[in-house]
Amino acid sequence: MTLPRWVIAMAAIGAAFVLLPLVAMVLRVNWAEFVPLISSESSVAALLLSLRTSLAATVLCVIFGVPMALVLARTDFWGQKVLRSLVLLPLVLPPVVGGIALLYTFGRRGLLGQTFELLGIEIAFSTTAVVIAQTFVALPFLVLSLEGALRTVGSRYEAVGATLGASPTTVLRRITLPLVLPAMLSGAVLSFARALGEFGATLTFAGSLQGTTRTLPLEIYLQRETDPDTAVALSLVLVIVAVIIVSLAHRTGEPSRRRARALS
Amino acid sequence: MTVTRASRVLVAATVFGIALALTGCAPATPAATAPTGSAATLEGDITVYAAASLQATFTDLAETFEADNPGTTVALNFAGSSALVTQIIEGAPADVFASADTTNMTRLTDAALTDGTPVDFATNVLTIAVPPGNPAGITDFADLAGPDVRLVVCAPEVPCGRAAKTVAATAGVTLTPVSEESSVTDVLGKVTSREADAGLVYVTDVAAAGDAVEGIEFTESASAVNTYPIAPVTGSASADVARAFVDFVTGSDGAAVLRAAGFGAP
Repeated sequence: MTLPRWVIAMAAIGAAFVLLPLVAMVLRVNWAEFVPLISSESSVAALLLSLRTSLAATVLCVIFGVPMALVLARTDFWGQKVLRSLVLLPLVLPPVVGGIALLYTFGRRGLLGQTFELLGIEIAFSTTAVVIAQTFVALPFLVLSLEGALRTVGSRYEAVGATLGASPTTVLRRITLPLVLPAMLSGAVLSFARALGEFGATLTFAGSLQGTTRTLPLEIYLQRETDPDTAVALSLVLVIVAVIIVSLAHRTGEPSRRRARALS
Repeated sequence: MTVTRASRVLVAATVFGIALALTGCAPATPAATAPTGSAATLEGDITVYAAASLQATFTDLAETFEADNPGTTVALNFAGSSALVTQIIEGAPADVFASADTTNMTRLTDAALTDGTPVDFATNVLTIAVPPGNPAGITDFADLAGPDVRLVVCAPEVPCGRAAKTVAATAGVTLTPVSEESSVTDVLGKVTSREADAGLVYVTDVAAAGDAVEGIEFTESASAVNTYPIAPVTGSASADVARAFVDFVTGSDGAAVLRAAGFGAP
């Protein structure tokens, strides 16, 4: 179809609105000092910690998010709609609020904190706290994209498999999951990206210590106080990592749509 | 008729002149008992950018100032001093800037954005904040280095962290905090929520927190006194109101409110 010109004009303005701030940031980068700025001890520690915790958070998202998406897409029970909106709450919740909620759950005085303390597990001010905060905010991304894919693919093949005598686990392993694998991958990549950018909940819940809890966004926030050049350089690193991840997500997401169309 | 008009103009000019004299030299003369008393001449809206630690006192002072000068409104913006300076340098519409340290005020002065020389109006020192009941049994600064004490401080990049570093060096104590926060309010939050056993915050933070924390003063705090300067920002549309507010804060009314909140005299 041919789009009206005004639609294209509005789209161009929208695109400029998103891209211009990035351009403005790139223009402020101190290129002469760029490499030393991003390779300082604290910068490298923050980047490595961010990658490590985001990866751990993504694994947790897959472990818990895939069953959640399956339950939401394949079962029907009273209160399911309410449950779905509640599970997706971290998407719209201000991260600081998430951090406060996590503090009251896993903190030393929290709902579960004392139990963990009895078990000898210390969550406060540990890298575990960072992973928990990141998983909390990233989980809905995986659940949402996977649930959508599960509904699009439909359950006909699963029904056929079941009538031919496959056990529920076999159906899940041989039919359902292979069908939605691309969506699961793109959901995982999106979760990773969200975990990488997590700031508010981490700051509120985990604290900030180099190498332990100070992830890249926290490092940027701190460096901005005294060293704007480092803050801008690190921001650019985060943007580049995010761009790579988003393009990866798109690449893995596309076959899922083609496959779904081919199947239907 | 013409004589009357002339004399009226003369009277008005005199009143205005007195007002200028009063407001212009308030910091030096405590005699300026009514620094904003010439209310009729003040009109306009100003935005005051003030350090986060000034939230309670400046909210109070702005209300009093507005009541004394019915033609004025004072909008307040609180954040970390460093963030505020960055915003002003990038063109944020501030009329007055009150900083929690001289370093950040110097950044603004270096950018030629202060109208006149900044005036110091308050000081603040660090204190140890512990949760009620003092679970870790902290009694002095050296106790903070204890192996089982979960200590939270500000990062050395921010003013309260610089002060903590200086104090620790003076006391000859090596601190091993479990977290270095970006702002003093985050440190206080970790103590009030009992996540941390102790935190280094300002005396005024403990005063403002009420029963949520206990303060433990220590002698070494005198080695790192934070000074708070204030100055009008250049290019204000209501420069006279901005100047009057600065004089009000640095005058006796401001001093009374600030001392009551725990701030020291500059």
